[in-house]
Amino acid sequence: MPDTSSSLLSIRNLKIEATSYPPGEPPKRITIVDGVSLDLQKGKVLGLIGESGAGKSTIGLSALAYGRGGAEITGGEVNLNGTNILALGKDGIRKLRGAKVCYVAQSAAAAFNPAHKLGDQVIEASVKHGLMSKDEARKRALYLFKVLGLPNPETFGDRYPHQVSGGQLQRAMTAMALCSNPELIVFDEPTTALDVTTQIDVLAAIKHAIEETHTAALYITHDLAVVAQISDDIMVLRHGKMVEYGSVKHIIETPSEDYTRALVNVRQEMRHEAPDQSKALLKVDNVSAQYSNGFKVLHNVSLHLCKGQTLAIVGESGSGKSTLARVITGLLPPSEGQITFEGKPLTPTLKKRSRDELRRIQLIYQMADTAMNPRQTVRDIIGRPLTFYYGLRGAAKTARVKELLDQIEMSNGFIDRYPAELSGGQKQRVAIARALAAKPELILCDEPTSALDPLVAEGILKLLMKLQEEQQLSYVFITHDIAIVRAIADSVAVMHRGKLVRFGAKSQALSPPFDDYTDLLLKSVPEMEIGWLEKVLTTRRMESAGN
Amino acid sequence: MSNTSEAGRQPGLRFRERFPLLSLITERLVLSVILLFAVSVLIFGGVEALPGDFATTYLGQSATPQAVANIRAELGLDKPVVTRYFEWLGGALQGDFGKSWASRNSVSEQVGKRLGNSLFLAGFAAIIAVPLAICLGMLSVHFRNRMPDKIINVVSLAAISLPEFFIGYLLILYFAVNFGIATFPATVYEDMGFLERIQTIALPTATLVLVVLAHMMRMTRAAILSVMSSAYMETAELKGLSAGRAIIKHAAPNALAPIINVVALNLAYLVVGVVVVEVVFVYPGMGQYMVDAVTVRDMPVVQACGLIFAAVYILLNMVADILAIVANPRLRHPR
Repeated sequence: MPDTSSSLLSIRNLKIEATSYPPGEPPKRITIVDGVSLDLQKGKVLGLIGESGAGKSTIGLSALAYGRGGAEITGGEVNLNGTNILALGKDGIRKLRGAKVCYVAQSAAAAFNPAHKLGDQVIEASVKHGLMSKDEARKRALYLFKVLGLPNPETFGDRYPHQVSGGQLQRAMTAMALCSNPELIVFDEPTTALDVTTQIDVLAAIKHAIEETHTAALYITHDLAVVAQISDDIMVLRHGKMVEYGSVKHIIETPSEDYTRALVNVRQEMRHEAPDQSKALLKVDNVSAQYSNGFKVLHNVSLHLCKGQTLAIVGESGSGKSTLARVITGLLPPSEGQITFEGKPLTPTLKKRSRDELRRIQLIYQMADTAMNPRQTVRDIIGRPLTFYYGLRGAAKTARVKELLDQIEMSNGFIDRYPAELSGGQKQRVAIARALAAKPELILCDEPTSALDPLVAEGILKLLMKLQEEQQLSYVFITHDIAIVRAIADSVAVMHRGKLVRFGAKSQALSPPFDDYTDLLLKSVPEMEIGWLEKVLTTRRMESAGN
Repeated sequence: MSNTSEAGRQPGLRFRERFPLLSLITERLVLSVILLFAVSVLIFGGVEALPGDFATTYLGQSATPQAVANIRAELGLDKPVVTRYFEWLGGALQGDFGKSWASRNSVSEQVGKRLGNSLFLAGFAAIIAVPLAICLGMLSVHFRNRMPDKIINVVSLAAISLPEFFIGYLLILYFAVNFGIATFPATVYEDMGFLERIQTIALPTATLVLVVLAHMMRMTRAAILSVMSSAYMETAELKGLSAGRAIIKHAAPNALAPIINVVALNLAYLVVGVVVVEVVFVYPGMGQYMVDAVTVRDMPVVQACGLIFAAVYILLNMVADILAIVANPRLRHPR
C-alpha cells in the first residue's frame, strides 16, 4: 500500500447506498459500494475494473462528490490533497468539479450538448471557474486538440457534436476534461462504445495526453486488456467490494484471487477448428443487397458454412455483417445472387418462405431484452415456437419447455418468471431455448454476448458450444470481438464496408499474410499484455515511416 | 449517416443533402398550400351536400317554383358545381368571399370585423395562458412528484376534461350570477374602450385559458424533465456550472423546440375553439357569425368562415413545424 500522506486522491472506507423501488414491493436500501479504500498519486493512473454492478462508475463519480440516479455517499472519506471533499458545502463541491476533478463519460455523443459548438463546451468550465480568459482557454483547447490528434484542430472547435465521428467526440471530451488543467480525471469506459480500430487511436491519444499533462486518472472499464495498457495500478471490484488491488504486473501476471484469474483467462479457445469444411449446409453465392432508396449495403458476398460448424462474421459497425444476417433470414431480400440451404435455393423473401424453411433457421439477438415480450412468462416465450411449428399444447408443451430449460442449464423454477425477473445472461439463455424449440439446423447469432459481462458471456459461449456438440447445430456468429472468433469459430469471414475482405478456415483466415484491413483489425484488438499498446504504435509508426 | 457519401450519385437527393433546412421548410410550405386547397374542396363540397335549400327556407310560404328558380338564378345556383367552386375560389384568393345571401352585405367586410374580435379574444387568452402554462410547467418540474405538482396536474386535467361550454356555464353561474363580479353577456361594441372591453371578455377569456392550459403545461413539464435527465445536463453539473447557467445555457435551447410546438398548436386550437365559447357568451366574433349563418343556410358566410378557420389552423401548425425544424441544430448545421 503506498504512502497515504502524499496521495492526491485517497478514498477511505467508502460506502454508497441507493434506494431501489422494485415493482409491487416496498422500497429497499441497497449497498452499491461497500468499504472500498484506494490511493492515487499525482500523475498516476489507477484502473477500476469489474462487471456491471460492481460499483466502479459509482466510485469514480464519488471523486467528484456526485451520486448518479439517487446514489448517496453514506460513509467514508474522499480526500483530495488531504481535504475531505464530501465535507465541502455545495459551493465548495461546485468549485471542485470541472476545475480540479473532471469527468469523461462513456458516451460522449450523449454527454455533449447538441445545441452548442464543441469548442465552446470544451472551454466552458475553465472560463466559468475563472481559471483562464476565453482567449487563453481557446489556445489551450487548440493545443489539446493537437495533442489528441484531432483533424483540423484550428477549426475543430467550430463544429457541432453531430458533425464529428464517435471517436473524435470521445477525444473532444478528453480535451474538455483536460482543458482546465485538473489534478484528476475520471475516465468512465471512454472507449467501450467504439469500434476496435477506433478504440486503439482514442486509447493512444488519452495515454499520450495524460503523460503530456501529468494528470492523474481513474480509468474505469470492464476490459482488463484495455486497462492493462494505460494504468499503473489496478483495482478489481465485484458487487461493490474490492477483490484485488495491486500493480498492473501483479494483476495480469500473478493474480491471487480466483475471480481475477477468471477475468485474465477469459476467452481461451473452446473449440478446435473442424478439419473438413467442404460440405456446405448454407451457401451464400455472390449476394448483393440494397436498401429501398437504392443504397447498396452488400457487394457480391460469397461464403459457406458446413453442418455442425460455426462461421464467425466479424467487422466493425457499418461493415454489413448484420445486413448479411438479414439477407439470410429473408428480411432484406438480395438484389443479386442466391442463397442455398442444404443444396436447395432458399426463398429470398421472408413472407414467401414455407413454415419448414422458417423453422430451420432461427435467430438470437444482441438485446435479449427487446427481443422478448415483457408481458409473457418464460413458458409462453419458449412455448410459442413449440405451438407454431409442432402444434404442442398443454402438458406436452410444458414438458418440452422443461426439457429445453434443462438444456440451457436453467431449473424448472424459472418457467413462470417474466423477463424482468431474469438477469442478462438468463435472458439470453431463454432466447437460445426459444431458438432451440424449433429444432433448427442453423442459428444466426447476432452479437449475442456483446451486451454481457465477460464471465457471463463466457458461460453463454460455452452453452452454445455444448449444444452444437449435442445437436449438430450450425451457427453463423456475428461479432466484432476477435477473441470470441478465436475461441469458437471453424471458419471466419471478415467484412468491411459491405464487402467480404477475407473468408476461410479459422487457422488460415487469422494467420498471415493478411490483407490491409484484417491486419489493422487484428492488431487493434487489445491483448492482455503490458506494453502492447506501445508495441503496436511503434510498428505503426515504422510502417508509415517506411511508406 | 453512412449513405451521405452516396448522395452525390443521386441527383434528386443533392438539394436535400446540401440544404436540409431550406428543403424541409419549402416542403412544409408547399404541403400547407396543398392542404389548404384540399380543405377548400372539402368545405365547398360539404356545404353543397347539406340538406335543405336557401331559396326554399328564405321564401317560406311563398316558395312557388317560379320564385325559387328566380332566387336560384339570382344567386348563381343554377350554374354547375365545378364552375361555382372555381368562381368562389378565385374570389377567395383575391379576398372576395362574395355577398351574404341573407343580408346582401359583402362577406369580407363582415368577416373582417368579426375576425378582429375573435383574434382579440383568442390573443388575449393566449397572452395569459402561454406564460401561465410555462410557469406552472416549470413549477411542477421544480416540485416534481410532490404536492404542488400533483395539485397542478389534477386541476389542469380536470379543466381539460370538461367541455368548454360547460366550463363557460359554470363560470357564468358562479361569477356572473352568484357573486355578480363579472359581466354577462360578453358582447362588445365598436365604441367600447380598451379597459371596458377587457372587463367584458373576462369570462370567455378565463374559459379559453382553462381549456388550453393543461396541454401546454403538461408538455412543458415533460419537455423540461426529459432534457433535465439527459447526459449533457449531468455533464453540465459535473463541470461545476451553477444551476442557473446549466438551465439557461444547456437545458433551455433543447427544451424550447417541443414547447414552441405545443404552444403553436394550442394557439391554433384557441382560434378555432373560440366558436363554442363565443356562442355561450354571445360574443360577436367569427364563431357566432358562422353559427348564425348555418341556421339560415347562408352558404357564402359559412364557407368563408370555414376557410378562414382552416387557414389559421394550417398556418399556425406550419409555423410550429418550421420553428421546430429551425431549432434543430442537426438541420441548421448539416454535416
